[in-house]
Amino acid sequence: MQLIACPWCGEREETEFRYGGQAHVAYPDDPYALDDEQWAQYVFFRDNPKGPFAERWVHSAGCRRWFNALRDTVTHEFLRVYVISAQHPLTTSTAPAAQQRKGQEAI
Amino acid sequence: MTVETPTRYSPLSAWQDALARLPTGVQVRELPFLTQLNLRLQPGSAAAQAVEAALGLTLPGPLRAGMSGDVKLLWMGPDEWLLVAPEGRQHDLVAQLRSAIGDEFATVTDVSAQRTTLALSGHLVREVLAQGCAIDLDPRVTPVGSCLTTVLAQAPITLVVRGDAASSVWLLVRSSFASYLATWLVDACTEYRGGTG
Repeated sequence: MQLIACPWCGEREETEFRYGGQAHVAYPDDPYALDDEQWAQYVFFRDNPKGPFAERWVHSAGCRRWFNALRDTVTHEFLRVYVISAQHPLTTSTAPAAQQRKGQEAI
Repeated sequence: MTVETPTRYSPLSAWQDALARLPTGVQVRELPFLTQLNLRLQPGSAAAQAVEAALGLTLPGPLRAGMSGDVKLLWMGPDEWLLVAPEGRQHDLVAQLRSAIGDEFATVTDVSAQRTTLALSGHLVREVLAQGCAIDLDPRVTPVGSCLTTVLAQAPITLVVRGDAASSVWLLVRSSFASYLATWLVDACTEYRGGTG
């Protein structure tokens, strides 16, 4: 069974963990300013990269804390785990990436 | 019409005989009705210092438990501890801790009914637990005083290592999972019956 390294508890079996989807999806600053399509983008649309992907995980059978992990979606290898308050390890700021994504979808 | 007085019974009261018949290498005893308090506070905060001063104990670090005194502290998470004390201490301890904490940011919750405690001892304990628990109980990995919240046979447990090489452990298990875990333990010990155990 694959082992996942919880930042608090160390390596544990993957069945102790639950998956929480893409990490670093910021709540809109002003939700009321969004139209329906923008809100749908925020609620339903997620990245689906082939390769490293920043995800949320929770050690539900252990310390019950959420943390972020950078996982390779091809090999399932956990490249890094980091606490929830830390920044995305591949980009210094998530804001430009989100802006870029929004721009691409408009075209 | 008669009103029945609620009687308290431990989740494993029906299992005493079955547990007593286990091989000598796996002595299992339930420690029912222990006082258990859930503490939520930031380590190093004023509240943490107040709690440590009130108890005369240090809050143990990650994956550790302080088991020396009457009042024991088990690490459950980065801002969460389980205080375990002898039966009937909950009201005193809650009042003592809440007054020590005062207006600082922390919570003390009586969760005594949430779990029951199993004390396992004997030279076969490590072998029996290995049948359902992935934690490495080698003393180099989990020395005496280790406190791990994990799963045993898919049942959520908190395991405290009390004797060298897991010759003595505490299992804290949710009341609703207790009879399942007892069933599993009795089954896991079957192969040691009548042997060297």
